[in-house]
Amino acid sequence: MLLEVRDLHVEFRTRDGVAKAVNGVNYSVAEGETLAVLGESGSGKSVTAQAVMGILDTPPGRIAGGEILFKGKDLLKMKEDERRKIRGAGMAMIFQDALSSLNPVLSVGAQLGEMYEVHRGMSRKAARAKAVELMERVRIPAARERVGDYPHQFSGGMRQRIMIAMALALEPSLIIADEPTTALDVTVQAQVMDLLAELQRELNMGLILITHDLGVVADVADKIAVMYAGRIVESAPVHEIYAAPAHPYTRGLLDSIPRLDQKGQELYAIKGLPPNLLAIPPGCAFNPRCPMARAACRAEVPPLAEVAPDRASACFFWKECVGA
Amino acid sequence: MPEPILEVRDLVKHYPLTQGILFRRQIGAVKAVDGVSFELRAGETLGIVGESGCGKSTVAKMLVNLERPTAGSIAYKGEDITKLSGRALKAVRRNIQMVFQDPYTSLNPRMTVGDIIGEPFDIHPEVAPKGDRRRKVQELLDVVGLNPEYINRYPHQFSGGQRQRIGIARGLALRPEIIVADEPVSALDVSVQAQVVNLLARLQSEFRLSYVFIAHDLSIVRHISDRVGVMYLGRVVEIGTDTQIYDHPTHPYTQALLSAVPVPDPLARAHRERIILTGDVPSPANPPSGCPFRTRCWKAEERCAKEVPLLAVPEAFRPEGAADPAADRAADRAADPAVEPAAGRTAHPAAHPSACHFAAEKRVVPGPGDLAAPPAPPPVRPDGPDVPGSPSKE
Repeated sequence: MLLEVRDLHVEFRTRDGVAKAVNGVNYSVAEGETLAVLGESGSGKSVTAQAVMGILDTPPGRIAGGEILFKGKDLLKMKEDERRKIRGAGMAMIFQDALSSLNPVLSVGAQLGEMYEVHRGMSRKAARAKAVELMERVRIPAARERVGDYPHQFSGGMRQRIMIAMALALEPSLIIADEPTTALDVTVQAQVMDLLAELQRELNMGLILITHDLGVVADVADKIAVMYAGRIVESAPVHEIYAAPAHPYTRGLLDSIPRLDQKGQELYAIKGLPPNLLAIPPGCAFNPRCPMARAACRAEVPPLAEVAPDRASACFFWKECVGA
Repeated sequence: MPEPILEVRDLVKHYPLTQGILFRRQIGAVKAVDGVSFELRAGETLGIVGESGCGKSTVAKMLVNLERPTAGSIAYKGEDITKLSGRALKAVRRNIQMVFQDPYTSLNPRMTVGDIIGEPFDIHPEVAPKGDRRRKVQELLDVVGLNPEYINRYPHQFSGGQRQRIGIARGLALRPEIIVADEPVSALDVSVQAQVVNLLARLQSEFRLSYVFIAHDLSIVRHISDRVGVMYLGRVVEIGTDTQIYDHPTHPYTQALLSAVPVPDPLARAHRERIILTGDVPSPANPPSGCPFRTRCWKAEERCAKEVPLLAVPEAFRPEGAADPAADRAADRAADPAVEPAAGRTAHPAAHPSACHFAAEKRVVPGPGDLAAPPAPPPVRPDGPDVPGSPSKE
């Protein structure tokens, strides 16, 4: 297994108390595999990714427990300089907002080349040549002429390509893409997702795709982990989850997608609001919004338990949910 | 057919680009909106879709008179509101209200919810006399599904979905007839979007509202809209009923846009034919000659660079004997399924206005039955040149 996250806990100390952002997350990604982590804002999907990358702001953040095994070694036990070698070369991250993730006062060539200067000790000139190569690889037209341009001179889609180029520079074996296309228009989103999928195949990389878009997930993922209030509530291969969700939250998300035969009718809507992380409801965090909730759900936290090979659900009544 | 409550004709908005400090010379213009025409009928929802920079938000701002158009007219019940000022304008504004995209920045953080929703009454005191306002605001909170006791809270005490409800309550305060909603659900969490869409639909039937619903989420637009207009680079390239646009698109841009939307069904992966456009949207400061889409279009020919295609029902789909619908008005009417074409026979579903010289039908959204079955045979194009292969895959 390329990456294995085991029972990860992350907390944030805030003025109003401790916010438990991640409460025991388990997931794994193999080479060449795409794992989609699906969740709303505040579900802990990005925080988990930041913990894996080792870019969590500490403080206020704190990893309160768990293991992150990358190629069998626990990243959390490593020293910072060991982790720095893995970051970029072993795993890399693509962020949502390319404009604020790129340095506005450095040319994109300098930023791309920096990867090679720092990690590979190349000369500036050689690094520059590598930068052009990278830009060609992500299909930025006229790469040679544009290598000296600054981020603001590129369009949104082109900037996201530069982010991808930067992540790919050292040919890592794992890419974490945090909402890589959320800020892009659909026609550009299609271009970027296509490019990402193609490069992943070519380099046989593992990909963790963090998103809230059920459409993008259906298009590219091999397996899915659905997060809610810092926990994985369901994990399954992509076809199974869309055909028969085993958690009422997943079912609610899928049901609230507008469908053709429902035109003019009321959309299914999950009632209520996502929970406050400072006061996660006792028992199952989803119980106040769940149409199936009963006494057991308020008393005890349902564990993420296997319901079929490769499938797990954190719902006591998953059988009813699948059958519903 | 209900009378159009809003009639937009050849709307243009150019923002000047200037150079020099002391003597500001105009060196060009950003053509944000470049000749947009449509009508909105009482009680209907017109969806407007398009990518960022296509001018859809600028159209919205002109509809509520936040921007003055460079040219063209917006007729509200027959009266051109772009020429109004003073008291007459104020009266019209009461009837056309807006709901904004971002509920985090469109509410003043220093005002209580009561002040935010009640502010329109300061400007239009005839709607609610002073003593009555608090009650009116509480009624509005109740209508949008918020606890009326929250009247003294501040925006930061609410979640995104609740804030959007506050924005909607403010839009409703003056009992308008038209609400222009600019991306009202895009900033919200997925599980909350459906709640707000349902609320908007409920309010529409309760208060007999007409909506101009602007969004980039094509599936939500389809759910809520009676008719849909597709915009590209400041122009409407195709307009029709939701079925005409989604199931029988004839403009290549609409086809590309629809095919790019990810389908939330993994089974669709194998069946989808995706049209991946190359490149980016050209700058509106320097749009291409002729058809604005030609630089990314796989059908583009010489003619597209020379002639601007008009928004009209393509000749191939025109029922025989019908009058020449080159005029926009006739074309727009043909898009209404309630109106039978002149000859009395059922119109071809592709017979709706499309601004393309080579408009041809192409089905890109899989129907409910298509997913389990093998892909349907390619639709037969009634006319028009053959598509030279699929668009280049970059």
